[in-house]
Amino acid sequence: MTINDLNTILPLVVLAGWSVVVLLADLWIPKDRKGWTAALSAVGLVVVLGLTLARGGTVQKAFFGTVLVDGFALYLDIIFLVGGLAGIALAYDYLKRMELERGEYYPLLLIAISGMMLMTYANDLIIVFLALELLSLPLYIMAGFARFNLQSEEAALKYFLLGSFASGLVLYGVALLFGASGHTDLPGLVNTMRAGTGNQALFLFGAALLLVGFSFKTGIVPFHMWMPDVYQGAPSPATAFMSVGAKAAGFAALMRVFVTVFPSLSDDLTPILWALAAITMVVGNVLAISQKNIKRLLAYSSIAQSGYLLMAFVPYANAEVSSDSIAAMLFYLLAYTLTTFGAWAVIIQMEQQERRGLEVADYAGLGKRHPWLGLAMTIFMLSFTGVPLTLGFWGKFYLFSTAVEGGFVGLALIGLLTSVVSAFYYLRVVVVMYMQPGDPPVKQNRWVNLTALLAAAVVVGLAFIPGSVLDLALQAVLQLQ
Amino acid sequence: MIPLSWYLIFSAALFSIGLFGVLARKNVIGMLMGVELMLNAVNINLLAFWSYLYAGVNGLVFVAIVFVAAAAEVAVGLALIISIYRRKRTVVPDEVDGLRG
Repeated sequence: MTINDLNTILPLVVLAGWSVVVLLADLWIPKDRKGWTAALSAVGLVVVLGLTLARGGTVQKAFFGTVLVDGFALYLDIIFLVGGLAGIALAYDYLKRMELERGEYYPLLLIAISGMMLMTYANDLIIVFLALELLSLPLYIMAGFARFNLQSEEAALKYFLLGSFASGLVLYGVALLFGASGHTDLPGLVNTMRAGTGNQALFLFGAALLLVGFSFKTGIVPFHMWMPDVYQGAPSPATAFMSVGAKAAGFAALMRVFVTVFPSLSDDLTPILWALAAITMVVGNVLAISQKNIKRLLAYSSIAQSGYLLMAFVPYANAEVSSDSIAAMLFYLLAYTLTTFGAWAVIIQMEQQERRGLEVADYAGLGKRHPWLGLAMTIFMLSFTGVPLTLGFWGKFYLFSTAVEGGFVGLALIGLLTSVVSAFYYLRVVVVMYMQPGDPPVKQNRWVNLTALLAAAVVVGLAFIPGSVLDLALQAVLQLQ
Repeated sequence: MIPLSWYLIFSAALFSIGLFGVLARKNVIGMLMGVELMLNAVNINLLAFWSYLYAGVNGLVFVAIVFVAAAAEVAVGLALIISIYRRKRTVVPDEVDGLRG
């Protein structure tokens, strides 16, 4: 290890170090002043964001090539860091209101972001595993952060059991890949695959285990069972953060590992991916229809979004389409992040003590009593559906067009039909907000409000310049290969 | 000398026992033990590959990292289980079923 190595991953070093500093500093911050911990963490995130942007997307390797910094990592890191800021903004008032105010929440969030950033740098399967653990462990604790609430504890336990189970599967897959080739580093694995010297059966089995493990993390049917319960049970700001962070990190690993290492296995993997994508879109959207609790509704919606993302990933091995496909996924992840944080910001303002205010029926009258919040929520629901003039529309447009480009018209058709189904449950929220009488109690907080309105503005604003956002994503991809 | 395949079969069997434990046991402690068996099966696998096929440090470093990660995982898991046990006096997930729908 040299100073150059540390310099290459400077943002990550600063973030990880800062999380420890905040954890220690929190000991001296009085109980009623936990806003300081939140502010300190936010400052750290802003500094790290600055460092990340200053470094840019030039390709650099460090630590004997196990870590690789490039445009792909830059793009996703920005999503994670901005997501972290939104996560703090959503958490501060909520934790105070629900009498959960304990300082550990913010350092845990920072550690989880370190794990996600490490995942984007990973150029070695050992690092992939390490990053997976580093991001998962804090999320288990955050899911159970409402310790006196049994639902939260149950959510944490479920998340923990299935998450560590998934880690075990990933790990076994990595061990088999190591056995097949003698390498854990991605370039070494690529060379072995190209030369065709490795044991093909072990390669295939290892790749399949990795796929199953990442499917657990990203919530792909049939590995999604934990998601609705965990989303419902965890405190809402933690749910918002994990639904973006864990999913984006899981897809980052999937993209990096599969696109670089496993193109030659596509004959075997493509039908599996096709089936997983189709079943995820159908199951996620159909089960969402009958949900009455908004948190569960968004959990199933999040499963469905994973299905759309995976749909664009099916032609990953086709060299002509794969860069478009990755760019479309990166674009969609951005749209998903903004829309998700915005929607959860509205949900958090609606949530009352003892988990009241979480049914869809509770949103009656929101549109008339609080026009701005109602408008923001409408924009997010439309963006999730994929209605034009929102970022979600362009996201879905690019996903569908890469699926068609890759020759999977049937899959794109399934995606289109399930999108129509999804309009039913997303628009039901809008209908309840505007058409039914009611006076919902709303706990306004300026940071949460700011998150909701800013997210709404960006979701609409970026929809006018989708081309330049896609260019950014494409640049990120060019450096991936 | 014991052939490599014996180690691989042994570790696959251990992994399957762990997998069965996670899926079939009702008791959370049992499920946690299943996860640990899975991780240790992987360690045996890595060490066998390392010593028979690929001399180098990769395999060893990986095993050390798996140890540490597994220990951290158990720490979090046991803390969660104890916290639930204090409240519900049970470690059987089926009896903790507040989340439905």
